[in-house]
Amino acid sequence: MASTAAVPTFLKHHFESADQQKGASGIGMWLFLVTEIMFFGGLFLAYFVYRQAYPAAFASASSKLNLPLGAANTVVLICSSLTMAMAVHSAALGKQKLIIFYLIATLFLGGAFLGVKAYEYHDKWEHHEIPGENFDCETCADPGHAPLFFSLYFAMTGLHAMHMIIGVFIIFFLIQQAAKGAYTAKWSTPVEMFGLYWHFVDIVWIFLFPLLYLIDRVPGK
Amino acid sequence: MTATPTIGTETEKNYLNHQHGLKSWLLTEDHKRIALLYLLSITFFFFLGGLMAVLIRLELATPAGDLVESNTYNKLFTMHGVLMIFFFLIPSIPAVLGNFLIPLMIGAKDLAFPKINLLSWYIYILGGIFTVYVLIVGGVDTGWTFYTPLSTSYSNGYVIATGLGIFIAGFSSILTGLNFIVTVHRMRAPGMTWFRLPLFVWAHYATSLIQILGTPVVAVTLFLLVLERGFHIGFFDPAYGGDPVLYQHLFWFYSHPAVYIMILPSMGVVSEVISTFTQKKPFGYTFIAFSSVAIAVFGFLVWGHHLYVSSQSAYAGMVFSLLSYIVAIPSAIKVFNWTTTMYKGSVRMTTPMLYALGFIGLFTIGGLTGLFLASLGMDVHLTDTYFVVAHFHYVMVGGAVMGYLAGIHFWWPKMFGRMYPESWSRLSAIIIFLGFNLTFFPQFLLGYMGMPRRYHVYPPEFQVFNVLSSAGASVLGFGFVIPFVYLTWSLFYGEKAPANPWGATGLEWTTQSPPTYDNFAVTPVVTQEAYQYSTEEVAHVG
Repeated sequence: MASTAAVPTFLKHHFESADQQKGASGIGMWLFLVTEIMFFGGLFLAYFVYRQAYPAAFASASSKLNLPLGAANTVVLICSSLTMAMAVHSAALGKQKLIIFYLIATLFLGGAFLGVKAYEYHDKWEHHEIPGENFDCETCADPGHAPLFFSLYFAMTGLHAMHMIIGVFIIFFLIQQAAKGAYTAKWSTPVEMFGLYWHFVDIVWIFLFPLLYLIDRVPGK
Repeated sequence: MTATPTIGTETEKNYLNHQHGLKSWLLTEDHKRIALLYLLSITFFFFLGGLMAVLIRLELATPAGDLVESNTYNKLFTMHGVLMIFFFLIPSIPAVLGNFLIPLMIGAKDLAFPKINLLSWYIYILGGIFTVYVLIVGGVDTGWTFYTPLSTSYSNGYVIATGLGIFIAGFSSILTGLNFIVTVHRMRAPGMTWFRLPLFVWAHYATSLIQILGTPVVAVTLFLLVLERGFHIGFFDPAYGGDPVLYQHLFWFYSHPAVYIMILPSMGVVSEVISTFTQKKPFGYTFIAFSSVAIAVFGFLVWGHHLYVSSQSAYAGMVFSLLSYIVAIPSAIKVFNWTTTMYKGSVRMTTPMLYALGFIGLFTIGGLTGLFLASLGMDVHLTDTYFVVAHFHYVMVGGAVMGYLAGIHFWWPKMFGRMYPESWSRLSAIIIFLGFNLTFFPQFLLGYMGMPRRYHVYPPEFQVFNVLSSAGASVLGFGFVIPFVYLTWSLFYGEKAPANPWGATGLEWTTQSPPTYDNFAVTPVVTQEAYQYSTEEVAHVG
């Protein structure tokens, strides 16, 4: 749409300036994250209501989760946030090769997280700890309400994993664009915006991990 | 848009004729064309939902269940609610008029994210396809509220497909709201400060806040509903250890504010229309602007008034009751300010003005009867009766639809560059007003006498009012068909509209009708507050 030579190619026709366009993207992305908070918020509310109502069921069901794997995944995800931040930084400096390097590192860490998660889900399946017809948790306290914990566990981590999977696809796209040299020191908005998304998804996990894995883990109790 | 190639071809270039062909419409990123895509689609869903209403009122003309079986009746009122609320009322004014007008009103070339705007329409259509699929294969019978455990364990309808349809359509609403907020923040023309914005824009800003904060919650709620029904991953059914009341809290956290998604844009339209047809600046501009925001904020704190009889604690009920009363204050501020604006103004009874006046009257009745329902004791008597049905139809049809029709008539010349026949349109406005009252006023009486909603049979003593209501519904239905006919007619044969047929202020009237693809030849510079009528009426654009 840009007709005059002075107008940069990335500037869309309806914006007056690159600043205006970048500002719009920033507000848009933050607002989108607000909607995501509300989206997960419904689940967090359900979690708090039921944990308050049935603390014993939640504590004992929580101990069925694989703490070492959950903890390891937390570390993996925090590292991926670091590599993502480095990717955004490299993009701002216009260092083409580094953008790709850090995006691939992020992709690798994200993939590792999803692999571990898939293993954990499979393990729950083997142990009949998925709510529904085959649910069977003899050692759970308050078996009438124990399935609620697992329902929330799967809904919350499942939605989180879905966000990770969408993120992985977007990283593929970003790598492809970066390989074409699309991101320069003047314009790297997509990398920056995706960085916000990736950090958001990480933060959700930072809340999920203690709420789901760390109930009633006090040693010697 | 079969009509579009004929419009304005003989004259200057505008957004309707700068490109041709189906592809130029389906892949357009122009906010004005996307608005028309929405206009077509929501009109389709409006008449589809209206068809259900026709069948409901036909059944209720007699006390016996003689037209449809109870199960079919359940499906009729459910589909009527789902179609009208999620596929007509929620997108109506924002996605059509807001989409078309917000960039024009603030002096921008487009919304901030044109591609996302188009995406929102496709998402809406995808959600609509799910719902139409449900309608074809057999419907859903839970009521539009999908209360658990009826919806998750007992219903025989297509709950999952309907839930997914609404889930999907919700994202369209979120994206529209997000786009509007960013647009108002970043796309205003030079000099267009916040307090120079038209009140229509303020109303949409408040609406968008609700859309982005509320809709994700109903989305996740429906997601959990689908998990519970489809995979027995329980959250709400006591059989799984869950609590059905939690569902109701989550559902109404969105669905009460959703009423304000429907009514706030109408209030924005009414502010513009009243100001134009009295040739006066709206009385108390800042009060009207902030009352929109106040309604959006307080609207989030009143959902518990839907749960007075759902085992919610009496103390929670008292708080929700008080907060529900508080919402009446910003609503009343608007009504009083509109009325005061008309005082000593040069009032012209044009079609948009008739609808706007209808809005004020009907919304006032709808709002005041809402106070009856917000009071704890009264509500126990009136819960799930026709009083509730009448109340929310006064707000949603008497309010939101009247505002929508006012807006469509007010900006029709701008959108299509054609005038509609004024005598026909005034006549139909009056028919709709009368038909509406005849349909729904008797339902207040029915509800007060104790007739419950959602039954297809009723005791014979209720028949008189039901016959009145059904008679009114046929008048109302006829009234809705007339604008459909003459507005379509006007596309081809209507008189050509000038840039500013009503003598209104506002940037949208400074550009040609219909506007060019880029809206303005040069980006306008705003030097004054909005609504400078009378002696101070000088060039709005510097």
